[in-house]
Amino acid sequence: MTAPVEDAVCFDTMTEVTWTDLVTASGLPEPELRELVRYGALVPRNADAPTWTFEARWITVARSASRIRHDFELDPHAVSVVLGYLERIERLEAELRSLRAQRG
Amino acid sequence: MKYKDYYAILGVKKDASGDEIKNAYRRLARKYHPDVSKEKDAEEKFKEMAEAYETLKDPEKRAAYDQLGSHAPGQEFRPPPEWGSHFANGQGAFDDIDLSDLFAGLGARSGRGRTRGADQPMAGSDYEAVVRISFDQAFHGTEVDLEMSALEWAPDGGMRRVPHRVKARIPRGVTNGETLRVPGKGGKGVNGGPDGDLYLGIEVADHPLYRASGRDLYMDLPLSPWEVILGTTIDVPTPAGAVALKIPAGTRAGQQLRLSGRGMTRGSEAGHLYAIVRIEVPTVVDDRQKKLFKEIADISNFNPRAHLKEEARS
Repeated sequence: MTAPVEDAVCFDTMTEVTWTDLVTASGLPEPELRELVRYGALVPRNADAPTWTFEARWITVARSASRIRHDFELDPHAVSVVLGYLERIERLEAELRSLRAQRG
Repeated sequence: MKYKDYYAILGVKKDASGDEIKNAYRRLARKYHPDVSKEKDAEEKFKEMAEAYETLKDPEKRAAYDQLGSHAPGQEFRPPPEWGSHFANGQGAFDDIDLSDLFAGLGARSGRGRTRGADQPMAGSDYEAVVRISFDQAFHGTEVDLEMSALEWAPDGGMRRVPHRVKARIPRGVTNGETLRVPGKGGKGVNGGPDGDLYLGIEVADHPLYRASGRDLYMDLPLSPWEVILGTTIDVPTPAGAVALKIPAGTRAGQQLRLSGRGMTRGSEAGHLYAIVRIEVPTVVDDRQKKLFKEIADISNFNPRAHLKEEARS
């Protein structure tokens, strides 16, 4: 039997994800994920809303947080600091890629 | 199964203390963790050392590992006959699994991992895989056939590796380093729990002509001096087929000529293709051409360095 073809979904084409989606996808305990939001490492669309929703791209950040938390045995605050640096590196790499693409 | 020397992987002695093991792992994790490292093969190396650390940091698992005896790394071996009754709940069949599976199973049994037979629903594990595709596949979208091996509980209470095959449709416009999700295609949920998801890390091979920056593409466009002086119309190859591009008279080197909507298409939005003008000169010219160029040089009052003197003074 031929296996059906499943759609792989890009995160930026999804509109948003719920708090529950983010907790499930990250694999982190909810209080720790909440702590990461408190430190600004994860940003809800409207932090004052009764239930949080997020841009879907935060799923990859939350999963990265989970790996860093587990593999480096760091507490959530340290994870939030590392995530900040990773985001900065990613931004700089994107800028470098763009400059290289333009320069040839 | 193949033997792995977990002590050698972490670079510690067999009688290393828990702290020594932890420090060795942390030192290596800092260097090879795929989220922070750009080392070649970092992911593979990190997986190996994380597997070693998961076992050696736990006194119970470490004792079970030590009881497997010493073998050469990579050597096929079977746990001693009494090993299963001491450490693996009587399990005796260790076919179709590898060393890490053996210890993952111990974790599950001792209640630190997934407990088999519990009534509560549990979500299946998420899987991760790397998908390497060509630039053309990224541009047009493609289908990939992934064959993975997943660990699952066998009816005899042991664990075994089973093939896990997924066909996935990669949408057009994906970029290098991006992560995609295939919902419900990870590990099977237990007791009615949802299946896990499959996460695909995309690696796009470089293209000899096009360079991507987000949705936009850049390419070098070699032109002759007379083409940029007089202007012309030329055929430019784009990933979706050749298009005619008008080169205005007086086009300068380094100028970016935009081919609107000819970049990567993602969802309903298309990026642009920028053709960067490179002016190439012939290295061999015959006498007649030399004469004509000389004639131009004699009659032209164009001085490309006119601004240099003034700028040097300021």
